[in-house]
This record gives sequence, C-alpha cells and structure tokens, in this order.
Amino acid sequence: MGQESRRQGYIKQAWLVVLLAVLYGGGLAGVQRALSDKIAENKRNETYDVIPALVSGADAANTVELRVTGKDGQEARVYQVMDAAGGHVGWVLPAGGQGFADRIELLIGLDAGLSTITGLYVLGQKETPGLGDYITGESFRSRFQGKPTDTPLVVVQSDPTADNEVRALTGATISSASVSGIVNAAIANLKEPIQRQAASGGALVLPGGGE
Amino acid sequence: MAQDEPTALERFINGVLPENAVYRQLLGMCPTLAVTNGMKPAITMACATAFALICANIMISLIRGLLKPHLRILVFTLTIATFVTIADKLLAAYMYDMSKQLGPYVPLIIVNCVIISRCEICASKQGLRVAAADGIGMSLGFALGLASIATVREILGSGTWFGLHVMPGSWPAWGIMVLPPGAFLTLGLLLGAAEWVVRKRAERAKEGK
Repeated sequence: MGQESRRQGYIKQAWLVVLLAVLYGGGLAGVQRALSDKIAENKRNETYDVIPALVSGADAANTVELRVTGKDGQEARVYQVMDAAGGHVGWVLPAGGQGFADRIELLIGLDAGLSTITGLYVLGQKETPGLGDYITGESFRSRFQGKPTDTPLVVVQSDPTADNEVRALTGATISSASVSGIVNAAIANLKEPIQRQAASGGALVLPGGGE
Repeated sequence: MAQDEPTALERFINGVLPENAVYRQLLGMCPTLAVTNGMKPAITMACATAFALICANIMISLIRGLLKPHLRILVFTLTIATFVTIADKLLAAYMYDMSKQLGPYVPLIIVNCVIISRCEICASKQGLRVAAADGIGMSLGFALGLASIATVREILGSGTWFGLHVMPGSWPAWGIMVLPPGAFLTLGLLLGAAEWVVRKRAERAKEGK
C-alpha cells in the first residue's frame, strides 16, 4: 500500500514534466518535418560549392549525385566528381557520426581510384568553441590530405611517423578521433561497394534526388 | 499575486537599461564575448535569444499555477531548450551561412542565464502580460548590450558596420578587436563606462536631496 501511494505521489509530482516533454517533443518533430528538406537542400548547395576544394580539377556543374548501397545495407549518397571536360577525377562521400558534443558531418574527397584522401570538409559540427571546433580549420583538415585509404587512420598525439597516422588537435583528442573514426567508417562502408558497382559497368548510376 | 510586484511597464523599462542583462546583471557573458565581432552575428544572436526568452516567459507564465517548486528548474530548462531548438532549426533553414557562423553558440542559448533568471524572477510569478513585457524589455536590453560591443569591435577591428565601410580606406583595422582579447577589452571598458555613469547619477541624485 505504501508503495502504491508513493507511486501515485510521483505521478502527481511529475505529470506536468511528462506532459510538457510529450507536447514539446511533438512540436519539435513538426518543426523538424517542416524544415528538414530546406536544411538538406542548404547542405547540398554547400556541398556543390566546396567540391572543387576537395578534389582538384573538379567542376561542380558536371558532378553527379549517385546512390550506392553500402556494406551496412543502407543506401548512401555519393558524388561522382568530374572535371570540366567530363572526365572522372574523384569522389566526394558525405559522412557523419558522433563527435564530442553533437553529430559531426563531413565531406570526404577521394581520388578516382578511391585510394587516397584528397580533401576533407566539415559540413556541420557543434564541438567545444576554442578547442574541438578547430576541426573546421584548414590546418587540421589538411592533415588528412594525401592519406591512403587501404589502412584505417589512427590519431596520434605527436608528429605522425606512419602513413596512416594523423596528428590530433591539442586539447581536442575526442573531436580529432571522432573525425578520423567517421572517415574510417565511411571508407570501410563505401569503398568496395563503389568500386564493385563501378567495375560492373556503371550500374552505379541511380539518379537520386539531385538537381 | 503580491501587491508590490512590478507592473508590465516597469518590467519592460527595467529590462532595457536599469537592469540591463549585460551591463547591470553581467548575465549571458558567453554570447556577449563570443559573437560580438560583427553586428550581423550579434543581432542574429540577439534575435534568437529574444525569441527563446519571450516564448519561454509566455509559456512559463501560462503554466505558473501548475509548477511544483522542486521541479520548476526542470520545466524551465525543458521549455527553453524547446524554443532554442526551434530557433536553431529556423536559422539552419533560412539563414544557413549565419547558422554555420554562430555554430554551437545557438544551442548554447539554452544555458544563457538571462532566460532562466527571467523565468524564475518574473514569469513563474506574474501574469502573461507582465511576463511578455518583461521578456521584450530584457531582450531589447540584451540586444543593446550585444550591439554596443559589436559596434565598437566591428568598427575598430574591421572598419565596417553591418559589413558596410564606415572608416576611411586608410584605417588600419585593429585585428585584435575582432579576436577574443578585443571582446574582453571592449566589454571591460564599456562596463566601466556604464558603472561610471550610474555612480555619477546616484551622486547627483543624493546631492539633489
């Protein structure tokens, strides 16, 4: 009986919090639903803007957005990057994962053979200002440039001695490791499927929701 | 409620200058220092904060009769977080570049003490009209605080105001003013000036009596 009344006491105390949480959750879901297309479009536009910086010789206007089924069974967006003459010069893979504070979203530039990282761009992040948010800076992103994709990248605290090592940001080891983890996961997930589908004769092209 | 609670007009006026969030209460220092290197980010931040503050004040005032004393902070935080998230999404959808520039400082409005203190001091105790007036007054005061610091920093640091050139072309932009030290220097000097004015006024009022 004592337990019963205590339970009732909890409900009496907390019903407002529970009700508000449900109401606010519903409201936020509505906002998300209404705005998510617009936000995704903004990100896509930004992606096209930065593609030339991620793959050298790229022409954003000729770049095609494709869908590839990754090893995890999920369909992923990838960008097949072309130069002005229509020749294939590389790939850009959008990828995301948990950072220190919130989700980090990246664009990974790769050469045409998917063997080397040609550039990295941070599309979205909410890492600690003054520490983790330096992942957006050129000096950190350029540490990934030229890294091979055959072995997973490892974050180190000192100057890299091996080919697959990337130096972490001082005071932001978790943010640095998150970025390299996201890069590793995206390459592991998509490299083979892209190569396989490209080799099997362009069955890759499944025109998605692009322009 | 109690007879001696301030009226809507008093709350509004107090929020703008006499109890200014930045200069008199020293609240909301994080955005005050972080996003005042230019007028555009400062005003965007002030608008996002105003949206969250006014909406949270109105909401809390509406449900003030249902609040349990020991759960009130939880309800305040929940309410503020919801409106800040809406503001964050709106910025990402319609002001994408600004949203990227402000980055984590928009979600950080959730922990801006200006908002939770208004919920606690005013909205949880007073009616809708007073809470709304309080929210608007405080928001204006906060915007004034941010704008005054951003004006000094942008003009001295970049030679521009709202991105428009206002200084002669020969002006050597003081780079330090748009960097973090510039924020501390400007805030310190303006705070000192505000304090000086307040003291002078108090002295004059005393002499007058």
